[in-house]
Amino acid sequence: MLSLTILVPAILNGLLTGAVYGLVALGLTLIYGVLHIINFAHGALLTAAMFAAFFAHRLLGLDPYLAAVVLTPMFFVLGYCLQRFVIGPAAHGEDRNVLLVTLGLAVVIENMLLYAFGADTRTINLDYAFRIVDLGIAFLALPRVVGFGVVLAVTLLLWLVLSLTDTGKAIRAVAKEKLGAQLSGIDVAHIYAVTFALGTACLAIAACLLIPTYYVNPHIGNAFVLVAFTIVVLGGMGSVTGALVAGLFVGVVESLCGLYLGESLGQIGIFVMFILVLLFRPSGLFGERA
Amino acid sequence: MSHWSARITRRKLLQRTAVGAAAATGVVNAPSVLRAQGSAVKLGVLHPVSGALSYSGQQGRLGATIAIDEINAAGGIKALGGARIEAVLGDAQSTPEGGNAEVEKMNAAAVAVIVGGYSSSICLTASQTAARYDLPYLVDVGVADNIVTRGLKNTFRFGPGFGVIAKTALDNLVTINDQAGKPAKTVMIVHEDSLFGSGLAKLLNAQLPERGFQVLETIPHPTPTRDFNNVALKIKTQNPDLVIPADYYNEYVLLARTMQQQRVRPKGIYSVLGGAASSYKFVKEFPEAAQYIMDCNHWFDPRNPKALALKKKVEDRGEFYTYEVFMNYSCILLVADALERAGSAERAKMIAALESSTFAGHVMPYGPTKFVDGQNQGAAPVNTQVLGNDIQLIFPQTFATAKPVFPVPPA
Repeated sequence: MLSLTILVPAILNGLLTGAVYGLVALGLTLIYGVLHIINFAHGALLTAAMFAAFFAHRLLGLDPYLAAVVLTPMFFVLGYCLQRFVIGPAAHGEDRNVLLVTLGLAVVIENMLLYAFGADTRTINLDYAFRIVDLGIAFLALPRVVGFGVVLAVTLLLWLVLSLTDTGKAIRAVAKEKLGAQLSGIDVAHIYAVTFALGTACLAIAACLLIPTYYVNPHIGNAFVLVAFTIVVLGGMGSVTGALVAGLFVGVVESLCGLYLGESLGQIGIFVMFILVLLFRPSGLFGERA
Repeated sequence: MSHWSARITRRKLLQRTAVGAAAATGVVNAPSVLRAQGSAVKLGVLHPVSGALSYSGQQGRLGATIAIDEINAAGGIKALGGARIEAVLGDAQSTPEGGNAEVEKMNAAAVAVIVGGYSSSICLTASQTAARYDLPYLVDVGVADNIVTRGLKNTFRFGPGFGVIAKTALDNLVTINDQAGKPAKTVMIVHEDSLFGSGLAKLLNAQLPERGFQVLETIPHPTPTRDFNNVALKIKTQNPDLVIPADYYNEYVLLARTMQQQRVRPKGIYSVLGGAASSYKFVKEFPEAAQYIMDCNHWFDPRNPKALALKKKVEDRGEFYTYEVFMNYSCILLVADALERAGSAERAKMIAALESSTFAGHVMPYGPTKFVDGQNQGAAPVNTQVLGNDIQLIFPQTFATAKPVFPVPPA
């Protein structure tokens, strides 16, 4: 069973899946790193983005990759408004309130989608969904290869934004020392909202990358967000590079577990790993030691 | 006690709830003028038209309503003075509980018979609930054997049960393989891990070795699954002669397409109640992936002009002619025939009329209907194969429209 003809494609497939996991986790880790809150609405927002991508294709005939160009700014604005006008004010500056507010938001979003679209599982069919890239040692699905490339590009872009731009510097300053940043004239509420918006925009991109090969229903986000939490912890809370590397790693673990333990048990490896990381390296692979 | 509540008698309350329930369930085909004549027979038409099984449910509802429209257009039920059939449509929401709730509503709406259910789990609970009211229940598709072995007097099944289907499928597989000179010796089974797929996999694992096949591996997967790359890779390494998938529609299509994508070409793909292999939708959308797939499934009688007329009618509406359509169509005709013979919509008389049915005007390759303990004895699946852009019936020979192409010719 350990033949390379099967192992290599399985690992490559795992890397491709893992990249998208990484992107979802990227949004989560960014929000955690700066706002120091766990965004429970992350999964529900991903679901909403996937529905948006689905209906952009179904109703407007918009290709998911084109839809990303429209949806990403839309979700950026949505994320900004959510943090600025809903989560921020409702939290009254208390972190534990934020937890409850985002959890409530998740329940509201999911049930609104359920009410509007029913529990049906929907998929779209695209001509290129089953095109393959022939590497000689493996056949890879084209949309996943595209997804992998886009995730790398987005991560690089995000890293550049955080390192080079003034807003990026402000975000890092707030993440490090909120009071100090405030004293030097940074509008913390604005930076919080921008960070939340960046995290939400990541979800819109992830949704558009997923929809050509995945399905959507009102509970789909949960499947990803659990994995994303694992990745955030594994990569180190708040680390952008950590999220990507851990995402790839988790994708490979899932793929190999699926191969050797069966599809039904594919995700078991991820959660075993999650427990091991919590036990032996709670700060994660790339996290700063607490 | 207030003036109001004292005035609500039990009878009034029942009347009101019944009317309310009927309105909620949605009574169609009943222009108010005709209803005023009071000569309509209500039929419960129950399907999972939303949720995971919504496509099948909608197809089932389509078949049933076409039959009802045809009967009404032809003058209704003559034994009841030309009474029209009123469909009381119900949505089981793809869950047994949803099915139960609809049966309660239909009972309150005083339907004569309930037709439908589609999935085994919905049929099991819905027929049981209907049994409490002695309300006749005609199962359209649900194949679980225990639907008709519980001794429920009210429950009838027009189509074949799982035991018969599995036995026919295996017998036919052996025959097809023997006729081709026994090219297939090894098998891999890919199945979804709920009752349907697991049950079938277990049965195949027990029966295939007795019939001279070696099962190399059995691969379970959950529904929904959106990535079959690992499964296709495993099939590629083991290189079996035959792949037997036991999946619902979406996973079946995805598996076939992934196998095509990963260039996995066994000598044959043979399925039992294959979710997609007997589906014109699959053949039209992915002809290359569907090519040469064989299936043992419910199918219409291709030599019956009525079946072909229905096919045209359904296709003219832009819909696919799936087994849910023709099975529900046949079930409604069967009920209409029972109404004619019973001369009454009374439940006890309807049960008696169904028990004694010899109805042969359906579109299935079954022969005259004969219920023993609720199971139609003539009901049997047939073998189909995707050839060109069409689905051909390849077995049994009495109904066949083409010869099986097996093993699959090299690409």
